[in-house]
Amino acid sequence: MSLSTDDVRHVARLARLALTDDEVQALRGQLSDILAYAEKVGEVATANVPPTSHPYPLRNVWRDDEPRPSLPPAEAVAAAPAAQDGRFSVPRIIGEPV
Amino acid sequence: MTPLTRHSAMGLRQLLERREVSAVEVVQAHLDHIAASDGHLSAFLRVTGEQALAHAADVDRRITAGEPTGTLAGVPLALKDVLATRGIETTCGSKILESYRPPYDATVVRRLREADAIVVGKTNMDEFAMGSSCENSAFFPTRNPWDLERVPGGSSGGSVAAVAAGHVPLAIGTDTGGSIRQPAAFTGLVGVKPTYGTVSRYGLIAFASSLDQAGPIARTVTDAAWLLEAMSGHDPLDSTSIPEALPGLRGTLEAGVDGLRVGVVREFLGTDGLQAGVKARVTEAIDRLAELGADVVEVSLPHAVYGVSAYYLIAPSECSSNLSRYDGVRYGLRCDGSTAEAMMAATREAGFGAEVKRRIMIGTYALSAGYYDAYYAQAQRVRTLILRDFAAAHERCDVLVSPTAPTTAFRLGDKVSDPLAMYLNDVFTIPSSLAGSPAMSLPVGLDDDGLPVGLQIMAPVLCEPVMLRVARALESDLGFDPAPRGPNSLTEVAA
Amino acid sequence: MSTTTALEQATRFEAVIGLEIHVQLATRTKMFCSCAIDFGGEPNTRTCPVCLGQPGTLPVVNRRAVEYAIRLGLALGCQIAPSSQFHRKNYFYPDMPKNYQISQYDVPICLGGELTVATDAGERRVGITRVHMEEDTGKSLHVLDTTSGVGVDPAEGLRVTRISDADYSLVDYNRAGIPLLEVVSEPDIRTATEAQAYLTELRAIVLALGISDAKLEEGSMRCDANVSLRPVGHTVFGTRAEVKNMNSVRSLGRAITYEIARQTDLLTRGEPVVQETRHWNEATGTTSTLRVKETTEDYRYFPDPDLVPVQPDPAWVDELRASLPQLPAARRARLVESLGLSGQQAAGVVGAGLAPLLDEAVAAGAPAAEAANWLTNEVTAWANERGVEPAAAPLTASHLAELTALVADQTLSKKLARQVLDRVLAGEGPPREVAAARGLAQISDTGELERAVDAAIAADPAAAQRVRDGNRKAVGALVGAVMKATKGQANPALVNELLTGRLTAPDG
Repeated sequence: MSLSTDDVRHVARLARLALTDDEVQALRGQLSDILAYAEKVGEVATANVPPTSHPYPLRNVWRDDEPRPSLPPAEAVAAAPAAQDGRFSVPRIIGEPV
Repeated sequence: MTPLTRHSAMGLRQLLERREVSAVEVVQAHLDHIAASDGHLSAFLRVTGEQALAHAADVDRRITAGEPTGTLAGVPLALKDVLATRGIETTCGSKILESYRPPYDATVVRRLREADAIVVGKTNMDEFAMGSSCENSAFFPTRNPWDLERVPGGSSGGSVAAVAAGHVPLAIGTDTGGSIRQPAAFTGLVGVKPTYGTVSRYGLIAFASSLDQAGPIARTVTDAAWLLEAMSGHDPLDSTSIPEALPGLRGTLEAGVDGLRVGVVREFLGTDGLQAGVKARVTEAIDRLAELGADVVEVSLPHAVYGVSAYYLIAPSECSSNLSRYDGVRYGLRCDGSTAEAMMAATREAGFGAEVKRRIMIGTYALSAGYYDAYYAQAQRVRTLILRDFAAAHERCDVLVSPTAPTTAFRLGDKVSDPLAMYLNDVFTIPSSLAGSPAMSLPVGLDDDGLPVGLQIMAPVLCEPVMLRVARALESDLGFDPAPRGPNSLTEVAA
Repeated sequence: MSTTTALEQATRFEAVIGLEIHVQLATRTKMFCSCAIDFGGEPNTRTCPVCLGQPGTLPVVNRRAVEYAIRLGLALGCQIAPSSQFHRKNYFYPDMPKNYQISQYDVPICLGGELTVATDAGERRVGITRVHMEEDTGKSLHVLDTTSGVGVDPAEGLRVTRISDADYSLVDYNRAGIPLLEVVSEPDIRTATEAQAYLTELRAIVLALGISDAKLEEGSMRCDANVSLRPVGHTVFGTRAEVKNMNSVRSLGRAITYEIARQTDLLTRGEPVVQETRHWNEATGTTSTLRVKETTEDYRYFPDPDLVPVQPDPAWVDELRASLPQLPAARRARLVESLGLSGQQAAGVVGAGLAPLLDEAVAAGAPAAEAANWLTNEVTAWANERGVEPAAAPLTASHLAELTALVADQTLSKKLARQVLDRVLAGEGPPREVAAARGLAQISDTGELERAVDAAIAADPAAAQRVRDGNRKAVGALVGAVMKATKGQANPALVNELLTGRLTAPDG
């Protein structure tokens, strides 16, 4: 797999990384090399092999619908870089949620 | 007389139980040692001396009053900075969390406090546990106590450096693809990656959720077993936590290897890049196991060679999602931007280091529409085949053995410019990470440069007792001295 | 193109509509953490490290949310998946604490059901593609900068505005992590009326199951519509627009009607429909572009490694199936068959969530049809005026039975009964007490009425004479005078009888 600089920029946008041009150039080569190595998984015949997403097979792990205390007032925003009136403050949002 | 800082945790417990020493004296001795020598190592990101002494004083008070104390009462312990500690900065070695103070304790931290282990500080690490040398810390690299020009391994580099140097007898590391075992091998220590699900991940800041597992780092097998018992157990806050408790670990430690079958992984010992010194020490250790009564056979893990490929799709994919939350809104670093999106992108650009960005990029790409099946899904299928390989090998063998890493500790700067070469350091440790089964590194000697070599011992899921039993038998036979030595070691330089 | 041709063209299109409905579940705690769900708390006070997405935290599934999902799935005739999984839907947005939403993707908990809705054109079956579980997001307030703005008094507090005009936004995560069910219909709906009927019916089912308060106005039930057009007879779908922000059944109908007209106009003029998300504006009655979809969104779905598969025990599913309440369709049928209500009455009672109250009132002796009329007219109107659920009215079954009894024994006229019911709904007590306290009982005392009748005859001798002369209709004026004199409380039938007797009997 060989990536173009446009591919790198597109992925960086998805990942919310404001990469510099130098980084884009460096990553283009590095990602291509790493992915070429990773693509070796494609050499393995895996027809009828189920994927493993959990190494230990558990199921139905859940909790009862019993409330427990939330954080004390003001503690939620205590670590926030910017907050106002108990809310997290962010610069203007372009575009509606999905 | 052995200084307090060279005693094992069990040794310290005996001194404390016999009231030959107080917990405050133990902790103070370790804090003094850190103050005197961590300048050479940079193992710690933060030393929590005041809280440690207060906890130690409380332990002393309870010992005097005859009140109950925990199983690790008075034993100093260091935490990798990936574990959330309430009110104490927890950075993951990253600028993006530079001043972050969690509002809660990780379950592991809570358990260890309840066991009355004394937390003396948080240790350095590769940023978000991504790395094999500790050079990816955003703050400073940590050095290997055996040779200050060399890396301690990673990502739990600070934890192993601290234990090897005698700053603490015990430390917690985390292992995603080898981050406990490889650094333990590089520093002559015992490092255990337990069965996935035996140690709660609640409060372990995620790198790759289906692989991350915390485990003990110690200078002896017995200490590691003791610490693992204290930190493991079911946690309702972690949905992937195994409800069954680990079987007792300490009862069978001294049972020896007579009658056990040990499988030598053919593919691993035959790897091209294996250093001669590593191969020699590992082969000798395997011979000793046979001498001690184990039935040594050769086994194959045919799909293990694809482990690194699968791992470098699965781990970055999970990482790209897990690290999305660092966006400058709720905690951590924020950089200015005219819009929310620009602020987030600027914050993440400035807050993450090169390796973290690289993995986020790989993972984002691998999960993208159109690539998911060829990359992530295919890697998960290969993972299934690796699990089956282990199951087949364990039908014949109680444990499997291999080198922990292909080389001994390399020099700082040697591999920073070649990410792929760095990744290949994990070639032997990754397969059991993918399988979720327990594996550990045991020091088995020094190479010609005087650097420690680690033997990896792997066992089936929840079979830690037999794994530790094999390790203990070999440890006892080899008599490896874990004190760093050599011309460029901390011992020499600091003296 | 002439108008006629355009109209002919227009009739050649049919609308293809699918609805995606989010139902906020009325569990006590959030989907993946134990924070209590109670609305109206100060911002960010119903949050914990988990729902704030603090580093290192992990989700644990709320079992009751799974139960509610299964209940809805069973009510809609879905298959309950033997094994389903949670996936992460990855996208960055400030109201999402983790910048991914835990949702379900290729293996949702419920698959393939259907809903039968009654429309003017008869019954219609709408397929249900799936029902899946996910977590809600936080809420943002979009505000103007009060520190640098000209002529703005900071003491006024926040100046809330539209997202597009805002200087910055403030995020509250109290809602983040509340369990949602997303119900996705097949594109089986063809008209605005059908869409409204579908939404109404789904809402009635959700209310009957007791799994949500399903308030469209308050957002505990949210409806998005995918609308496209295609020439009649074609099977290929046209390009669709997704319309959001409909806050009532009525606005859903208006929005779809508008959207069909807009797309018809475009296609008739030979212009393409753009695939996009559109925002319904209730005030202007129009939709406008919110966001053009760039090919398909790249959400990078993958199985959430922090959560394990949900494999409900078949015995549990059977138990839930057995304990389902009677659903609206069955309730309506029963009301028609066993209580003799009309179809319309039954729909009104069930739709208003008043079937249990009606059953109790009937058990307490109320005539079914009459009680149903009180419920679907007065009680529903009372609730609508106040914007509350009819079932929340302070009216008991015994009140209703008492009211119908008072009408039956002629203590109250219909008109008086209406006044009494108003007072009962105002919390003044049971009907009999209200009637007594307010002096609203009908006068059936012959002596008192005779005096009033005599007075009326005396006051209008001309009318009395016309009646005597055989003009029966003229008695109406005298009845009216008596009713007026008694402030409407006279029993009109009795007054009529007395007047007729007095004026047609031989003198002396």
